[in-house]
Amino acid sequence: MSEIILPRRQLIARAGGLAAAAGALPLLSGCDAINDAPAVRKILSMGEEMNRASQRALIDRNALAREFSRADLSPYFRPNGTRLPAGAAYAAHVARGFADWRVNVTGLVARPLSLSMTDIRAMPQRTQITRHDCVEGWSAIGQWTGPQLSDILAAAGVKDRARYIVFRCADRLGDALYYESCDMVDALHPQTIMAWALNGAVLPIANGAPLRLRIERQLGYKHAKYVNAIEAVASLDQIGAGKGGYWEDRIDYEWYAGI
Amino acid sequence: MAEAETPVAPEKPAPVRVYRHRLPARIWHWVNAVTLLILLMSGLMIFNAHPRLYWGEYGANFDRAWLVIGSTPDSGYLRVGDYRVDTTGVLGRWTDAEGAEKTWAFPGWATIPTSYSLADGRRWHLLFAWVLSIGLTLYMVWTLLSGHLRKDLHVRRAEWSPRHIWHDMKEHARLRFPRGQAAARYGILQKLSYIGVIFILLPLMIATGLTMSPGMNAAWPWLLDIFGGRQSARSIHFIAAWALVLFVLVHIAMVLLAGPVNELRSMVTGWFRLPPEREERA
Repeated sequence: MSEIILPRRQLIARAGGLAAAAGALPLLSGCDAINDAPAVRKILSMGEEMNRASQRALIDRNALAREFSRADLSPYFRPNGTRLPAGAAYAAHVARGFADWRVNVTGLVARPLSLSMTDIRAMPQRTQITRHDCVEGWSAIGQWTGPQLSDILAAAGVKDRARYIVFRCADRLGDALYYESCDMVDALHPQTIMAWALNGAVLPIANGAPLRLRIERQLGYKHAKYVNAIEAVASLDQIGAGKGGYWEDRIDYEWYAGI
Repeated sequence: MAEAETPVAPEKPAPVRVYRHRLPARIWHWVNAVTLLILLMSGLMIFNAHPRLYWGEYGANFDRAWLVIGSTPDSGYLRVGDYRVDTTGVLGRWTDAEGAEKTWAFPGWATIPTSYSLADGRRWHLLFAWVLSIGLTLYMVWTLLSGHLRKDLHVRRAEWSPRHIWHDMKEHARLRFPRGQAAARYGILQKLSYIGVIFILLPLMIATGLTMSPGMNAAWPWLLDIFGGRQSARSIHFIAAWALVLFVLVHIAMVLLAGPVNELRSMVTGWFRLPPEREERA
């Protein structure tokens, strides 16, 4: 998730798709043309749907990710993606210790909220030692503390029409601010928390200060950092390019990242 | 040998044909040939995203890796434990088709897709993992119901004798393969290889693959206990993948040595021509 990859795929797909595979391209580019063909992309995306449907059917909605003891903590919790959001606004927040940071809870809610970090720390807290799995393959174990997202959503009165929760972030990657989303099963899961502490200390900037999502049954890129807005929506169509997340829209990472 | 009579060439007996591979076995064989190749190449792409392996539950860049494929400013290397070997040109630092130098672990010709894309590697891998899992499940049921397991793969008591196994190993080493009716049945080494792949290696690949899924860890946390943690499962997945590669290489070598046309035809049509018995010489 640290790489920014140009959408070469889209260019090639538009340039001819499968037809290119039949052309005089060398074998390897032929294979890549197959990879890039729209029809093949459609078949490949079936895998994600099969994984999502089967995992949703198999995994109890409240089944917990394994929790560890302090003895199991990684000696150093590796940050990834943005390590320091650019811009004067974020720098000003850092200078004031995030005293003016606001998390707006909006969208399909009965009572829109604007929470300060003090509000968030005043809520009932959950502390959990869990394993963070990056899509790249590495894992790190850390202890996280913060309110359950379900409590925040309950306080805002999420409407029945809401099917997804979208997380807006303060870090700009390339052309856009980072964003992610999840369905209500994961949003209301007991281990889904908005964490402001890592390993018993205030969340470091590199790990998403002042507030980040923990969504323990999915891969790392789903765990939005630097969160300043939580939005309940009925559809992801109007979010970014419609696939529900920054990397999902740009390089076709799976929206369902349970595997 | 001094007789003056015209020598008569011994009449060549018509080859004996046996129906060796039934349709489900043939279909599964070729589906697997394609599936395993795609899984291997897309798996190498996924590995390229983090070319380090660990034991235990966690492992990232600052933790000790037991296997690393890396690069220095002018070379590529593979490190296993404390043993390091220069792999410039193949692993860690290599030149792509356009002549550009790259420092991904596995070279473009070995990965799906050719250029770095973790997202696409995962899409291929996680779709074809389904093809492998469903195919293996159906095949296992079929081997049980059809009697294939009992009749063809079951190791008889006599075959377990070290003498018998040693004899088969020597025959293989001398490239003396069974002929006549004996060629219609699997030898002990073949049986053990196929049983090992179908009932140990392939299920191990699927189980360690699932152990890397954070979703599956919540559903079946015992997977983590069996394999000693997610990073251990990832390491075992990698090792077992190369064990499968080794199996395929030996398998292909044996097909080439035993008669590729006859062997390939039998895996397409099912019909195998028994190699005639060796003529005994006094």
